[in-house]
Amino acid sequence: MSPLDLLVAVPLCCMAAALLLGRAARGLILLAAPLMAGLALWLALLPPDAAYLVGQWELPLGILLRADGVARLMILATALVIGAVGLHALVEPPEKPGHAAQAETFWPLVYLLWAGANAGFLTTDLFNLYVTLEMVSLAAVALAAMGSLAAALRYFMIALLGSLAYLLGVALIVARYDTVDVTLLAQLAEPDLATLMALGLMTAGLLIKAALFPMHGWLPPAHAAAPAPASALLSAIAVKLGFVILVRLWFEAFPAITGPAALQVLGGLGAAAVLYGSVQAMRQDRLKALVAYSTVAQVGYLFLAFPLVAGAIDPGDAWAGMTLQAVAHMLAKAAMFLAAGLMLKAAAGERIADLGGLAQAMPLTVTAFGLAAVSLMGLPPSGGFTAKFLLLTAAIEQGAYLYAGVLILGGLLAAVYLFGALAACFAPATTPRTPVTGGLRTAAPLALAGLAIVMGFGGTALVELSAIAAPWAGPALILPEPAP
Amino acid sequence: MMTFAPLALILLPLAAAVVSFALPERLSAWRNAANLGVACVKLVVVTYLLMQAEAGLVFEWRYEFLPGHDFVLRLDPLALLFVTLSVFLWLLTTIYAIAYFDRGPNLPRFFGFFNLCVLAATGVAMSGTAITFFLFYELLTLATWPLVAHKGDEKSLRAGRIYLTYTLAGSVAFLAGILWLQSLVGPIEFATPPDLAGVPALTLTLIFILCIGGLGVKAAIFPFHGWLPEAMAAPAPVSALLHAVAVVKAGAFGIVRMIYDVYGIGTVAELGLGVPLAALASVTILYGSVRALMQSDLKKRLAYSTVSQVSYIVLGASLIGPFAVIGGLVHLVHQGIMKITLFMCAGALANRMGIKAIADLDGAGRQMPVTMAAFSVGALGMIGMPPVAGFISKWYLGIGALQSDAAWVVAVLAGSSLLNAAYFLPLLYRAWLLPPPADRPAIRELATTRDRMLILPAALTALVSLGAGIFASLPFSPLGWATLIAEGGYLR
Amino acid sequence: MDLPLSDILSAGHLYALTGAVLVGLGLYAFITQRHPLRQLLAVNVVGAGIFLILGSLGRGPDATDPFPQALVITGIVVAVALTAFGAAMIVRQAETRAAAKPAADDNARGAS
Repeated sequence: MSPLDLLVAVPLCCMAAALLLGRAARGLILLAAPLMAGLALWLALLPPDAAYLVGQWELPLGILLRADGVARLMILATALVIGAVGLHALVEPPEKPGHAAQAETFWPLVYLLWAGANAGFLTTDLFNLYVTLEMVSLAAVALAAMGSLAAALRYFMIALLGSLAYLLGVALIVARYDTVDVTLLAQLAEPDLATLMALGLMTAGLLIKAALFPMHGWLPPAHAAAPAPASALLSAIAVKLGFVILVRLWFEAFPAITGPAALQVLGGLGAAAVLYGSVQAMRQDRLKALVAYSTVAQVGYLFLAFPLVAGAIDPGDAWAGMTLQAVAHMLAKAAMFLAAGLMLKAAAGERIADLGGLAQAMPLTVTAFGLAAVSLMGLPPSGGFTAKFLLLTAAIEQGAYLYAGVLILGGLLAAVYLFGALAACFAPATTPRTPVTGGLRTAAPLALAGLAIVMGFGGTALVELSAIAAPWAGPALILPEPAP
Repeated sequence: MMTFAPLALILLPLAAAVVSFALPERLSAWRNAANLGVACVKLVVVTYLLMQAEAGLVFEWRYEFLPGHDFVLRLDPLALLFVTLSVFLWLLTTIYAIAYFDRGPNLPRFFGFFNLCVLAATGVAMSGTAITFFLFYELLTLATWPLVAHKGDEKSLRAGRIYLTYTLAGSVAFLAGILWLQSLVGPIEFATPPDLAGVPALTLTLIFILCIGGLGVKAAIFPFHGWLPEAMAAPAPVSALLHAVAVVKAGAFGIVRMIYDVYGIGTVAELGLGVPLAALASVTILYGSVRALMQSDLKKRLAYSTVSQVSYIVLGASLIGPFAVIGGLVHLVHQGIMKITLFMCAGALANRMGIKAIADLDGAGRQMPVTMAAFSVGALGMIGMPPVAGFISKWYLGIGALQSDAAWVVAVLAGSSLLNAAYFLPLLYRAWLLPPPADRPAIRELATTRDRMLILPAALTALVSLGAGIFASLPFSPLGWATLIAEGGYLR
Repeated sequence: MDLPLSDILSAGHLYALTGAVLVGLGLYAFITQRHPLRQLLAVNVVGAGIFLILGSLGRGPDATDPFPQALVITGIVVAVALTAFGAAMIVRQAETRAAAKPAADDNARGAS
């Protein structure tokens, strides 16, 4: 037994149990949350070369589970986010009034998402990644469907197309190299037409899943309409798997054939996403739509980091910046959605203008929203600041002033729309408020937002963690030439 | 010397902030006790540190918060000057704030953020690296925003929005500047100024403009001063601390650090950056004074007066001569003490008699003589009347300007003093010599404990600003300490 | 490349080419059709094309490589599950719409 397979097996067992238990399944999270957090912590502390062959089949046929720094951080953050969101949902069931059955469907989906995400973060097998991608998509679509069926259906169709594009790419890779293992591909890859086509198809498919501008269209309606705990999981975890697989492809499997021009395209799309998402977020008058568009912007930073990682002489800082941005966004965005859910419930409306008086009525929830906002804006001290500081340093060192400008401008724009929402909470109440607070309900978003802030103090440890078994540190893998 | 003493100065207000946030309103007595207790303990710690520093010890605490970037808290004499000022004034402002609000709404929030502000201001003072400075500088922005928007009415929210727009834009410019510089010369530590020899002059100039522009927003240098008069929508204790210690001082302090501990006076002189900055500071001094003259609202007039007065510090730092440096540094303290006196008095007048406009001041001196006496001391100090502390600052600045062959600065100082007189003396005339309006009810100024807590802190700071002027030659006076700082590092 | 026509049209290539055509047809339908059920069908056509390509790749001159075949089977299982899930959602949507608009009942039923 090792934590690597347990991290996938435990949530799968929980899912089966949740399906059998029905209404009683909600209590399961009290067991699963600490257990998974413990496993994730164990994983983070394993020796750097921790790996596990599923069923003892050797490569190239076998499936390798391997815990590099990215996987360790993402799995830890996933455990924290799902644990906190689950505990929150325990007392604040994600259901519309009159749809009590909805809460029952929530729990199996959470565990399915958990298992899929963990497996996706750990595996290095491109086809296995396809399966995990579908597990996560299935859970994500169903979670989105708890809010708006139309938005979920749209999400489903687009996601399905993305999966198929990815699958076609995998098919081409199989034909060309007869293996789908990332670590083996790193040694075999050659820049021929088949490989480039395969990489292009897989990337396009994954960009849809990661909701990078301009493939983000499905995200805001789906994330904004879902119940708050579901939105939290969608924004925090579901979009991250596509990103992690892209990291595996671009930096681990095919670093030798991804040219600087292609990296600049990804970086440019990331920069456009930051600006577009922020501007759209500013124009929203519904709180959850604002938070959802903020996800579009925050995903942009992840891809803006791609050329910075590839172009750095010592990629450690940019790599850590990219990884920590993903982690910080997971924690902060989950906290923000949970807090927003409570605030909107108390305000009995969904518009930002309805939030008046909440700073007084439910200060702890507004604090959670504020702390999450600090991290999303990249203000110190927070995980978001650490990440953006590392990226900004890398950008300035490489003379990539355009990216540096976007990093700075994105933070300012985020400040505009997030402080706008916060300021609305300070305004006088138009109607008497019945605060929705107490116990785990408020503690969960507060704890997540607090973690996003605390991340800012542990920068050195996190940077070291992110560098474990990183592709640029290994002797077998060579990064492309620095971008001009 | 590695020690936890600087960290204690950060953790103490953090503890007070947590207690303030956590305690419900019905336990407000405990909250007040915690706030006052922590403020007193800090004062004791700072006194101890001052005595140690007199013996030449420099306390430092550091840890690596990102690879290659240290988080450094360092108590050099300049840091101690600012820390002492903030800790002393904070104790008084806390007393004042407790009396001012009494039983208002949202006080746990107010005192929580109030303590975070102390934390940030102390942190700004003690920062040993540029990044540490930035961390606290940002924290200060964040912690003051809820205070500015505290009342939650349309005007306060607008003020908060404007405040954030200005300060965040400034922070971004400052961050870009220091990251640019760090990419060229590595992490910047104030104790060991970076070697700038290999950097092109144009790059250095651009970075200087970015950094000073960024810091200048908080220091309310023209044309970045717009947020300050708007922020007057905040309650009086907030205005007092924003203007005297926290926000504007953090900006001015940062400019001093940039000129003396990052660039070094040699480089600034070589690049020819001192004179333009001095000119900008002079423009701000005159502009602020003229605008102050045009205000009919008491707090607004004081706000523009701050715009003008803070630039004396920048002026002193940018003139690069021994006396000018001392004048600028000592004004950091003097302006703080005098301005907090004025704001606490203005708050007391509004709180007790509802006086907000200048026209309502008639006869205030007869009804609240202690308050108006303190106000008068502060106002005379601002004008530069001996023996109040403000005179010392202007005297040193004047001599410093002559030393640096910048005689025009003397004209600026004289013009500014005239304008100061023009906007302060009518207030004193109204308050002392005109009769109060017939419809204003008579009050007893110091009747209750609460009244005394509201008014005596201002009286005390007025006395201190007198003392700082009269006993300026003693070693522990602000002037003595500023001289020590200047001799210790900036004039070699 | 001057391969004889019979080589190009050998069974392996024929499958792959058919697969490519199916992918193209499916994509075209996915973009042009608005009804979710038709879109779901179009996606299935794309999927069938991809599985055909994947399957043809394992076909060697003498022995068949089991690896791509295993992938195809897994892929088909996933696709079936997702199609069922998508169809269920479409039915649910039609039901909700029918419940919300009793007047438009016939339209909704006819469309699904």
